[in-house]
Amino acid sequence: MAKVLILFAHPRYENSLVQQHLSTVAQKVSGVTFHDLYEFYPDFDVQIKYEQDLLIGHDIIILQHPFYWYSCPPLLKQWIDLVLEHGWAYGRAGKALAGKIMMNAVSTGGSQAAYQPDGFNRFTIGQFLAPFDQTARLCNMAYYPPFVVHGTHRAATRDIENAGESYRLLLEGIVAGKFSDEAIRNVTYLNELIN
Amino acid sequence: MDQVFFSHALVYLAAAVLVVPFAKRLGMGSVLGYLIAGIIIGPYLLGFVGAEGEDIMHVAEFGVVMMLFLVGLELEPSRLWRLRSSILGLGGLQVLGTSLLLAIPGVLLGLSWNVALAIGMILSMSSTAIVLQTLGEKGLMHSSAGQNSFSVLLFQDLAIIPILAVLPLLSFHGGGQEMEVPGETGLIDHLPGWAQTLAVFGAVVAVIFIGTTLVRPLLRYVAGTRLRELFTAAALLLVVGITALMYSVGLSPALGTFLGGVVLANSEYRHELESDIEPFKGLLLGLFFIAVGASVNFGLILENPFLVLSLVASIMVLKTIVLYALARLFRMGTDQGLVFAVSLSQVGEFAFVLLSFARQQRILDENLTAMLMAIVALTMALTPLMILLNEKLIIPRVGTEELAEQIEPDRIDEKNPVIIAGFGRYGNIVGRFLKANGIGTTVLEIDSDRVELLRKLGLKVYYGDATREELLKSAGAEAAQLIVIALDSPEKCLELVETVKKHYPHLHVLVRAQDRSDAYEFMDAGVLYVYRETFDSSLRMGVDALKILGRRSYQAHQAMNIFRRHDNKALKHLATLRGDRKQYINHAREKIMELEKFIEADLQDRALDHDAGWDVESLKEEFRAS
Repeated sequence: MAKVLILFAHPRYENSLVQQHLSTVAQKVSGVTFHDLYEFYPDFDVQIKYEQDLLIGHDIIILQHPFYWYSCPPLLKQWIDLVLEHGWAYGRAGKALAGKIMMNAVSTGGSQAAYQPDGFNRFTIGQFLAPFDQTARLCNMAYYPPFVVHGTHRAATRDIENAGESYRLLLEGIVAGKFSDEAIRNVTYLNELIN
Repeated sequence: MDQVFFSHALVYLAAAVLVVPFAKRLGMGSVLGYLIAGIIIGPYLLGFVGAEGEDIMHVAEFGVVMMLFLVGLELEPSRLWRLRSSILGLGGLQVLGTSLLLAIPGVLLGLSWNVALAIGMILSMSSTAIVLQTLGEKGLMHSSAGQNSFSVLLFQDLAIIPILAVLPLLSFHGGGQEMEVPGETGLIDHLPGWAQTLAVFGAVVAVIFIGTTLVRPLLRYVAGTRLRELFTAAALLLVVGITALMYSVGLSPALGTFLGGVVLANSEYRHELESDIEPFKGLLLGLFFIAVGASVNFGLILENPFLVLSLVASIMVLKTIVLYALARLFRMGTDQGLVFAVSLSQVGEFAFVLLSFARQQRILDENLTAMLMAIVALTMALTPLMILLNEKLIIPRVGTEELAEQIEPDRIDEKNPVIIAGFGRYGNIVGRFLKANGIGTTVLEIDSDRVELLRKLGLKVYYGDATREELLKSAGAEAAQLIVIALDSPEKCLELVETVKKHYPHLHVLVRAQDRSDAYEFMDAGVLYVYRETFDSSLRMGVDALKILGRRSYQAHQAMNIFRRHDNKALKHLATLRGDRKQYINHAREKIMELEKFIEADLQDRALDHDAGWDVESLKEEFRAS
């Protein structure tokens, strides 16, 4: 049984049907700790010790957030800046996170086709997430491909429900250790593991 | 010291200790309790004390003097200046109107006009001791009734001087006694008139001058010895010194010490002085009230019960009418006007002084003086009862309507999620903020004038004492989700917390604390959301100070967040350490000791050195090493 920590960052939660649904689903999966950063730190006053202890108590860290300007909302970046300290998360003595796994779970307004070399956004989601990939590497963590919900701008109720169902199955699978490393390495999005 | 002293002390103290808590529990307030204790030990019931009652009253009058000193300490000169129109206007008209109106029936009853006028002036005084004590206990000092009562009492204190000057002129017997001040003989009696006037002004100037220049260095010097009792001695010396000076020039010592208090209101020793004088004042005032109770001449009353009682009643009614008319003239609401008028309707302790002076001047004969003394004592004894009656019977009928009567059965728009108790300087900001965010609030406020004003501005504000369970109920406490408690007095806030916890445990309680010791009380009472009212504002000022000194905004802001967290933690920690000592340790001392602990904790908490994630020093070192 893997322990999953979801670091959730959304400054406009009230207006996001997709993220609301994903969050509701995630909170019901046993083995998952759901940590709502904007609810905890409205003034960006991230409490470092508390966050580090939380990380130590979990195996898999999921950064769940909307895809803002091809990255995460600012509080999550603040969290990364402050919590992943030199000498603790990285550097010669920084081994606290060694062996853990990190991944992103993001929602974007654009479709998957828009995130292609010949698409509107010119780069893939995977390319945009390179900083997170390297952050995980620097901190001695493995980095998984992302879970992505595309097309939130025009998602119908059914699409949202489907996305939620996929997320639930994925989280349950991760907690149960159902997916092999090899299967994970061979997908672009973790969504592909479900189906 | 002789045995008599101890046996008297035993009787007085025992009476106070036994009777006052009982009276207080019955909701009568301490003043009535002391008075009853006095009556019980007095010559007409148990007879433990007798003729010396009057002597004790003279000693105990010093309690009134101390009270005025404390009142002065609370009152900065700027506030006094703001009150000038109500002091002069309201107070002046009260003394003038009451004197004349009380003199007219005197003339009609066959007294000569000069005697009637003297009696009128004497009876126009109200009791500073009773009124301030009672209004203070009821948390009404900051209401308009409280403020205006204070102004009137202050004017009366000032008016003593001209009245003492005028009384001899009313004496047809004249002779060698004029201008003699009761009590100690003045040092300046032998001086010519102009020199006496000069001496009086000189004394006032001396109090102000000494207060502003000499007292502070003296107190600093005394405080430097770190001998607690020496500071108490210095505080007493200050009050006694002013009193002696005032007596020597024939001014009211109460007025003098009041002035001394005002001068020291801005000094750093204010709280220390307050906490030193406070117990003396309380005890002496208690003694004073007991003496008043003991001096009620029941023999005289029983001889002419009808005459005495009808005189008492007519005096109080007349005074109430004058006061109420003035209250309306000065735009007070019905309730506040009634509280104001009834509170001041008795004749005060200065009347004893003036009566004995008038007796010396042979304006009044012995029988009349004794009769008036009994009447004065009776009006004082009746005041707490009158206030109680006014509160329970009269105001509920004619006053600003309370919420209970306002809700018609079919109106359900008062199902607001938030109740705000107290809409003063703190509560109103919370209320405005919630309203701006579309949250419905029901506001309860005890100052009826404020209620009227806010209603005129279109706000839904209801008058009433929020600590009453019925009022909470009709304000929709059952359906509400949270209550914001921001009443003016900490005691009232605590009372409301208890009421809410008992009757509406589902409500989230958010309470404003004036300072740390308040915060402790609320934490002890189990309140989760406690807000020290000046804390955030002080921190924001600190942030701006850091910024002006060149610290960048974000760093300063972050330092504030960390300090706030640290301070709240320290607060919780120290709250658990307090235990039972809080009852005994001197308040001001405790605060200073506590501040020391906080500062120590500030220095030890390494978290105050913050946000190492952005500090690349260790990273640089590692690079250099490799």
